[in-house]
Amino acid sequence: MLILTCPYCGVSAEETELHAGGEAHLTRHATGASDDDLQSYLFYRKNPKGVHFERWRHSNGCGKWFHAARCTMTLEVFGTYSAQTTQPPADLIKKIKQKRPDWEGWT
Amino acid sequence: MRRYSAFAIAREALRYHSGWGKAWRSPEPKKSYDVVIVGAGGHGLATAYYLGRNFGITNVAILEKGWLGGGNTGRNTTIIRSNYLQDPSAAIYEKARSLYETMSQDLNMNVMFSPRGVMMLAQTQHEIRGFQRTAQANAFQGVKTEFISPQRVKELVPIMNISGPRYPVLGALWQERAGTGRHDAVAWAYARACSGMGMDIIQKCEVTAVNQSNGAVTGVETTRGTIGCKKLGILVAGNSGDLARMAGFRLPMESVALQALVSEPIKPCLDVVVMANTVHGYISQSDKGEFVIGGGTDAFNNYTQRGSFHHIEETIRALIETFPMISRMKMMRQWGGIVDVTGDRSPIISTTPLGNCFINGGWGTGGFKSIPGSGWAMAELIANGQLGPLCAEFGLDRFAEGRFIDESVAAGVAH
Repeated sequence: MLILTCPYCGVSAEETELHAGGEAHLTRHATGASDDDLQSYLFYRKNPKGVHFERWRHSNGCGKWFHAARCTMTLEVFGTYSAQTTQPPADLIKKIKQKRPDWEGWT
Repeated sequence: MRRYSAFAIAREALRYHSGWGKAWRSPEPKKSYDVVIVGAGGHGLATAYYLGRNFGITNVAILEKGWLGGGNTGRNTTIIRSNYLQDPSAAIYEKARSLYETMSQDLNMNVMFSPRGVMMLAQTQHEIRGFQRTAQANAFQGVKTEFISPQRVKELVPIMNISGPRYPVLGALWQERAGTGRHDAVAWAYARACSGMGMDIIQKCEVTAVNQSNGAVTGVETTRGTIGCKKLGILVAGNSGDLARMAGFRLPMESVALQALVSEPIKPCLDVVVMANTVHGYISQSDKGEFVIGGGTDAFNNYTQRGSFHHIEETIRALIETFPMISRMKMMRQWGGIVDVTGDRSPIISTTPLGNCFINGGWGTGGFKSIPGSGWAMAELIANGQLGPLCAEFGLDRFAEGRFIDESVAAGVAH
């Protein structure tokens, strides 16, 4: 079972305590956006085979949204971090690079 | 290709079954083909077969990274039905169901299509209204379904508890001509027919790059060398996103795990397929006597072909309430497959930004039942270069235009 540590309350929560929220760091195109930008925001996803940055909600705990970096091929969790950011923390990216030298990096 | 028949069985019985031969050839890849299909699962093989049968295109290679039919074709719960609310879905799934009816004769191989009937339980007021609406829509679409009473449900499935405490059975959407098939045999039958038409099925051949020039595909790099092609068809289910990345475009899809499990075999006691969407579970009994059980997908992106245990627990918990007699049965095997789920939970059969590259995917949890219809429509798309009537609504452009095929209300889980 997937276990993620909530960066807010510090609890190591099992999957059943959490709610998966899909890809993180999407640019939220809204009113005035082009059709391409809007459909990209609403539907198009990276869906990578490998390192994935994603949103989770500690729904049966503190109730807060947070971010996690996880491998979709092995389910290895690289780390979790606050949702009050527009990109993954530099130290987490460095950690993933060390573990996965072939990883193309976060863009 | 040697025909299978009662006479052939008798002939082989007299010579120790030494004359059957291989069902399909395993040739070395040629330098180039008119059409290369990536993915030798049900959809890829069906596409190749209808390219040959309906359009006379037989210079075709079907590439498979693993073994034939070893992906989701070998990992589903074999349900075949076409009771969809929206016209485009009903049309393509009904085409598929009708092709399944005659598949054993058409392909000269027993695919064990069993039109035993599929029952979708209504366990909330919302579902009653939803299914009555679907039955009405199906009447206009020419798909025979009916909304039946709880008493009729009990007659058809005596082992069901229709007055459970949480979700009593309030009725059901019943499609008498739906049922199940032998999933592996479907892949094998198409493979044999394709090979018989001279197509090359190349297993253990993983595509690693898509070669392009001037906005068109020129071929693919594989673990068995470069293979050139005039047209490329991508039918790789959960790996659609990965292939699209190689080809240089993105898709409105995410890959998640869907699980199924099988019980120990028992005497026949359930001769229809029962689906319960409110409580997330569906069940049928195989010819071997095992209960084949499926549930919902995991919510997170996953390529591991295994799912979360709590989903199995939820599915079993729900089914025990409806079928109390299974509470002490042992579950024998469990497996997961990676399904590609789109924004509107409906499939994509489409042209791509590359002129001669076509994609078919996003069948999500409803891939097996659609195999013949999907292959039929995809062959038409590859041969003509444009969407035919069967898949006109399934193009990628629907996401930009907001023209969704909204089945999720009608089908919820097991769509």
